[in-house]
Amino acid sequence: MTMFLATLLSPLIGGLLLGVIDHPRLAARINVATGIFTFTFSLLLAMQVLDVQSLDAMGGWFHLDAYNVFLVVLTTFVGMTTTIFSGPYMRHELEAGRVDSLRLRLYHSMFQLFQLGMLLGFTSNNIGVLWISLELATLATVLLVSLYRTPASIAAAWKYFILCGMGIALALFGTVLVYFTSSSVLGHGNAALTWTLLHAHAAELDPAVMSIAFCFLMVGYGTKVGLVPMHAWLPDAHGEGPTPVSAVLSGLLLNLALYALVRCKMLVDDATGTDMAGHMMMGFGLLSLAVAALSLHKQRDIKRMFSFSSIEHMGLMTFAFGIGTTLSSFAALLHMTVHSLVKSGLFFTVGHASQAMGTQKMSEIRGLIRHHPGIGWGLLIGTVAIAGFPPFGVFTSEFLLFIASLESYPWTTLPLLAGLLVAMAGLFRFVQPMVYGEPSEQAIDVHVNMLPVYVHFALALALGLAIPAFLAGWYEQAAALIVPLAPAGGGA
Amino acid sequence: MSSVIIQVAQALLLLFLAPLASGFVSTCKARLQNRRGAGVMQPWRNLRKLFAKDVVLAGHASWIFRTAPYVVFTATVMAASVVPALLVDTPLSLTADVIALVALLALARFFLALAGMDIGTAFGGMGSSREMTFAALAEPAMLMSIFVLSLSAHSTNLTTMINHTLNTPFALHPSLAFAFVSMLMIAVAENGRIPIDNPDTHLELTMIHEAMILEYSGRHLALMEWAAMVKLMLFATLITDLFMPWGISVQADAAGIALALLLWLLKLAGLLLALAVIETGLAKLRLFEVPEYLSGAFVIAFLGLLSYYMLEVGA
Amino acid sequence: MSAALIQQLVDGLAALMLLTSFALLAQHRMLSVLNWFATQGLLLAVTAAVVAYGTDNSELYISAVMTFLLKGLLLPWLLWRVIRQLHVHREVEPLMNTSLTMLVALGVTVFSFHIIEPIERISQLMTRDSMAIATACVLLGMLMMITRRKAITQVVGFLAVENSLFFAAIGSTNGMPLVVEIGIAFDVLVAALIFGLFFFQIRDTFDSLEVDAMNAHLIHRDDDE
Repeated sequence: MTMFLATLLSPLIGGLLLGVIDHPRLAARINVATGIFTFTFSLLLAMQVLDVQSLDAMGGWFHLDAYNVFLVVLTTFVGMTTTIFSGPYMRHELEAGRVDSLRLRLYHSMFQLFQLGMLLGFTSNNIGVLWISLELATLATVLLVSLYRTPASIAAAWKYFILCGMGIALALFGTVLVYFTSSSVLGHGNAALTWTLLHAHAAELDPAVMSIAFCFLMVGYGTKVGLVPMHAWLPDAHGEGPTPVSAVLSGLLLNLALYALVRCKMLVDDATGTDMAGHMMMGFGLLSLAVAALSLHKQRDIKRMFSFSSIEHMGLMTFAFGIGTTLSSFAALLHMTVHSLVKSGLFFTVGHASQAMGTQKMSEIRGLIRHHPGIGWGLLIGTVAIAGFPPFGVFTSEFLLFIASLESYPWTTLPLLAGLLVAMAGLFRFVQPMVYGEPSEQAIDVHVNMLPVYVHFALALALGLAIPAFLAGWYEQAAALIVPLAPAGGGA
Repeated sequence: MSSVIIQVAQALLLLFLAPLASGFVSTCKARLQNRRGAGVMQPWRNLRKLFAKDVVLAGHASWIFRTAPYVVFTATVMAASVVPALLVDTPLSLTADVIALVALLALARFFLALAGMDIGTAFGGMGSSREMTFAALAEPAMLMSIFVLSLSAHSTNLTTMINHTLNTPFALHPSLAFAFVSMLMIAVAENGRIPIDNPDTHLELTMIHEAMILEYSGRHLALMEWAAMVKLMLFATLITDLFMPWGISVQADAAGIALALLLWLLKLAGLLLALAVIETGLAKLRLFEVPEYLSGAFVIAFLGLLSYYMLEVGA
Repeated sequence: MSAALIQQLVDGLAALMLLTSFALLAQHRMLSVLNWFATQGLLLAVTAAVVAYGTDNSELYISAVMTFLLKGLLLPWLLWRVIRQLHVHREVEPLMNTSLTMLVALGVTVFSFHIIEPIERISQLMTRDSMAIATACVLLGMLMMITRRKAITQVVGFLAVENSLFFAAIGSTNGMPLVVEIGIAFDVLVAALIFGLFFFQIRDTFDSLEVDAMNAHLIHRDDDE
């Protein structure tokens, strides 16, 4: 209980403190310190949860089980490495004149408040509070996307705000509909929004209302996940903001939205007893994979390209959760973990690359491996990892996903494979000339801190080779929780 | 027998009070504008003067031009006589169908428009085209708001509707409120009052109704103007019948009729005063804004329909 | 007050809410948009108070007061201040002309009634008739967001959607739990503040508040998209 409070208070205090401190270097150090504290507390919390199946905190308002505990640790870990990365990176931006010290202050405090929102969302037991924290996390990042005050970044932030605001309003409507039916079962009041109680009584909820509610929740939370066709905000928002922001948006916020969607799916599956929710998720997932893989080829900006890769992977995960078998859920959970690690590492690398080359256009970044071997190798390894090559974790999860789809819906395996190959081709087509190729004249020297990147990639590699027993245990428990009570539909 | 007398009396009352009503509106407007006005009897004096004058016809005027005033006047008076004002159940009550009413008014308008185009002047044609455009938009709105009212009475017959309203206990129905607002907007438009058309204007380019009767003189003009006054009276009575019929006499006894007459006059006075206030307070809309106004009236009437189904059925 | 009278009151308020949503779509001037938005907030507060009286739910009274202060007074005032400081051009030109927008709005209302009707039949509450109207208002707010050119009216459309969601919550459930309501209200307030900040940023960078000006920058950004 205290550990849980500590995990939440740490980013809160850090965020408030950073709001008043004006000194850039000191602020960066406090940012890193907050990140380290939050991570340590969350590790201790996770170890507590390791002993018990699940943990209720603060009188049932918060709930930790196998599904969200590793996500909490993942969030705090990536948050910590991002703060380590962001220190020298933002200092360089400050010196280059792209931000001033006031905006840097905003950046630091909003970063920690974003972290708080994420942790609140993951651990909340009340689906209303889950909604509120997702909205909070979005609001914290909106001003960060427009940090550079360029026309394109302001336009991107506006699009982000309006589209995600719309999506989240629809999700709220879905939540209201869930409350509508649950209040007749669990009575008016907070009990009717408590996830654990809802899950226990899911079979008593009205199927028609829950189906309509899930339609709204799917579109609403799906907008935040970045599923096609609600994805229009994602490439702009991830491409225009500062790199640490892109890293956490791609690596963490999308996870929270998908987590919320799956929690709702768990309720709907038991309420309706049909596969409607799963089929919807599969449809959106496949569509996202296809569109993202094809759109990848048309990009000119490196961050936009990798954000389309994020859309593709979120599509894969949504598809996997949609299949609804234990194996596919296991694959999806593993994928959530490794994707966060690799994608954020990639964004760090990309950030350094664009700083070194002074541009984000892929046609102007060349020959990284000559002048900046650290960045070059990082980009290469990261692309290899995210494209799904063995022995990295992404390959493992995608392989498991293939098996799962072959078992349940064999006809989807071919589109899956095709989409992944198209995406892989697109990634390498752009990355190869950036890494090799004739180095251009405008390269400058930057202080590069590639340690977080390599740590991320090493973890992804480790997860690909051998998943530690406790983690595998959590994945299995969570998968068992996610799979509906009624047998999931078999395909052919 | 007595109901027949009352029916005839009702029709004559409407006919002869119409100029007074028009004069009342003008006097109220004048007082609101700090003038003394020409007096409530001025329309009577105008009509008397016009009936005494000669008719001047254009050389190439066709029979339509000569017969239109009579058709318009007769149709309007027929419509007015059918609307119950004092007694609910009159011998003509079977024909007191609101749709038939609208049809009669449409007939009058049709001939009016033809007359405007008959001589071939520019202003006449302009007035006719404007009138028909606005009529095309106003009529659906009026029918929609009448339908909203007929939904609960299950009939478009005025007598049935009035009886239904008198017999059901008073309740705050959003659909009726919407229909009322819509009907008021339409009534202003149909009678050519501000903010749609200025009846006192002398600027031909801004005219709608006046432009169509620009070429008339003598008794023809008198009939056309009288028809317009009767139409105003008709709409006012229609609104009181549909939305506030309390006080109307159900039996043909003297006390009831007297009370009904008094209440009817009071309600009319209230509506006409409201019209005068609206005319004084608002500015005339530009012509391209009128379709917006009319579609707004339609939308409000439709909202009444929707709120009937959404809120009142099965509630 | 009898239950039937409260039911009628709620129905009347729901009809007025629908009217305000339509009115928001029809306005040309920025100030009249804000006035109608404030009216909508006031109607929400009154509805919450009436339902609170009818169900003896004291939490809903607090919600009603909060709604009145936030959505009836604070938000319109914030937006009014922004309009004044930015000297925004008072005319608002929509994408489709008003008559066409009205017809589409009517179609949307009929559609939302059609999809919500099966849910309404399940409900036992006295406010169940207003669920279809609340859904219609949500969709109409979205229509407003789509058909407007200026950033400020888009934001008013967004806030109108949030208003309608609150109305839906009252209509379908007699009010969500207070904690959730407070959280949502807080979110809306922060969103409005951020929007306010945004308007200045947009104005400074683009010299206008037209959304098309912003989109132009994004279209050039990415080729063949």
